[in-house]
Amino acid sequence: MLDSHDQTDRIAQILDAHRGLEGPLLPILHAVQEAFGFIPETAIPQIAKALSLTKAEVHGVVSFYHDYRSAPAGRHVLKLCRAEACQTMGADAVADRIKTALGIDWHETTADGRVTLEPVFCLGLCACGPAAMVDGRLVGRVDESVVAQVAK
Amino acid sequence: MKVYVPLDSAAVALGADALAEAIAAEAASRGVAVEIVRNGSRGMVWLEPLVEVVTDAGRVGFGPMALADVPGLFGDLASHPKALGLVEELPWMKGQTRLTFARVGVIDPLSLEDYRAHGGLVGLDRAVNMSAPEIVAEVIESGLRGRGGAGFPTGIKWKTVSEAVADQKYIVCNADEGDSATFADRMLMEGDPFTLIEGMAIAGLACGATKGYVYIRSEYPVAIRVMESAVRIAREAGVLGPRFDMEIRVGAGAYVCGEETSLLNSLEGKRGVVRAKPPLPALQGFMGRPTVVNNVISLASVPVIMAKGAAFYKDFGLGRSRGTIPLQIAGNVRFGGLYEVAFGLTLGQIVNEIGGGTASGRPVKAVQVGGPLGAWFPPSLFDTPFGYEEFGAKEGLIGHAGLTIADDTTDMLQMARFAMEFCAIESCGKCTPCRIGAVRGVETLDRLAAGDPSAIPLITDLCNTMKSGSLCALGGFTPYPVMSALTHFPDDFARAKEAAE
Repeated sequence: MLDSHDQTDRIAQILDAHRGLEGPLLPILHAVQEAFGFIPETAIPQIAKALSLTKAEVHGVVSFYHDYRSAPAGRHVLKLCRAEACQTMGADAVADRIKTALGIDWHETTADGRVTLEPVFCLGLCACGPAAMVDGRLVGRVDESVVAQVAK
Repeated sequence: MKVYVPLDSAAVALGADALAEAIAAEAASRGVAVEIVRNGSRGMVWLEPLVEVVTDAGRVGFGPMALADVPGLFGDLASHPKALGLVEELPWMKGQTRLTFARVGVIDPLSLEDYRAHGGLVGLDRAVNMSAPEIVAEVIESGLRGRGGAGFPTGIKWKTVSEAVADQKYIVCNADEGDSATFADRMLMEGDPFTLIEGMAIAGLACGATKGYVYIRSEYPVAIRVMESAVRIAREAGVLGPRFDMEIRVGAGAYVCGEETSLLNSLEGKRGVVRAKPPLPALQGFMGRPTVVNNVISLASVPVIMAKGAAFYKDFGLGRSRGTIPLQIAGNVRFGGLYEVAFGLTLGQIVNEIGGGTASGRPVKAVQVGGPLGAWFPPSLFDTPFGYEEFGAKEGLIGHAGLTIADDTTDMLQMARFAMEFCAIESCGKCTPCRIGAVRGVETLDRLAAGDPSAIPLITDLCNTMKSGSLCALGGFTPYPVMSALTHFPDDFARAKEAAE
């Protein structure tokens, strides 16, 4: 875990790297989340000051988008598509079995911090559903055996 | 030996990366020199991963390939168990009119040389020698309409931006393809990114815009990677530069950002809240400047129009739906994928003849056309020809031309409920009919499911309010899947009543 100075320095680097962009807030937030795994609450005033925004405005953006986390995720992130095309191929039943296997519901992380389960609405794999994303990797025709991929 | 293994997301999701590695390893162990090209997908998703081997006769396909099928590629190809024959000769390929997708799956997506060799940059070269009004006139004449879903004439939008006076104008490509059953934008960006870049550069010339953005959803990691590389390559080659340059921006998981004004707010670094129109983005768009916001397929259709002329493109299609449309056949379907064809096929031809019916082998119950905001069509409406007005006349829409096929095990009441639930999750919150209506919609459909028939007039009234009172298509079109389910499948809504009694 980075101490607060390291965090401030790292965010300063990110802010610097995005200087000159038009509408830089989303790229900055993506980079911060890439660096820390989530958007630390303490990063918000620093970002706000650099962009001449209020803290409320930055918080408003962070909280609007599904992608930004306010706390770290589990070691693995398993995203399952819930959209219509995947539903027609049994996505709901697959999700139910995975939830049972992991003992968690949507947006939850297993008690051992191993895996976070999240819904996603379409990965563009609609002709080979149900679709999933495991730690950023795409999986088509997914079933509950995908749980083995997040076992460790 | 030259082998094509798609880098397309669908192929990768079915094992293409491991397959490419295995082919390289097998070749190395046999001492065979192999060139592996990571191409786009041909669109036959049921055959993915589809590997192609270059032979004297042409490119021979093998699919769906498993790792165990790799050694066979180094033996007698004709007797390979997954051999499909020449890919260009497969009925799926021969039946299409590939204009926008002509190069997808064919070329190396990141080879500008390959792109040029297959007719790339001809449109841009022609546009450079034309005046802005001439380019705009050509696009208007082609009859091209916004392929994102709204169907607004692309050339008219360009004309407004072109004639607006400002120190800076923008071309924004909407690649926030969030609709379930749609993946044409993704396939195009992954399989032929320079087509989009060329289309945007032409739009820049037509409108006097020197800067462009492609807003790609974060759920598309492969498309983001390919587009970023393509922009870099195009810049190095001088295709992009001071005349017109562009940036790739990544969304953050908000469906509503596919709505153009919400997308512009997101691009500016704000919450993806919908803006009231007017002012039109064409006059006050990104950073308050005149902005073209076009879908990927609209922009990617421009190079072929400029290269072959408006008349060539306009010749395809029916009624006021001119040119071709990349159908995305998805859901519970036997032969799913992308099929580009002139407007005018009937829904039944698409579902039964091209798609081959359901993957489960059960009867088709309903087809949702146009994504989560599109209507469910029963087989009794399968004679509807694929066109903007034709679907509008049946209380539906073609949207971005995605089709979700569902078999007879589908509970349409649950699908209607999901439409409202999705709207509630993704609503930007700006207007009341969408923000509150979607939540009330879920509750009302739950009452119906619990056997309360008095909820039917209520849901009908609520849908009318959402349809007429919402600021954008999210709240305004969610009634399409709900009301079409209720209208065409009343039994699913009545069965719930009987169960409760």
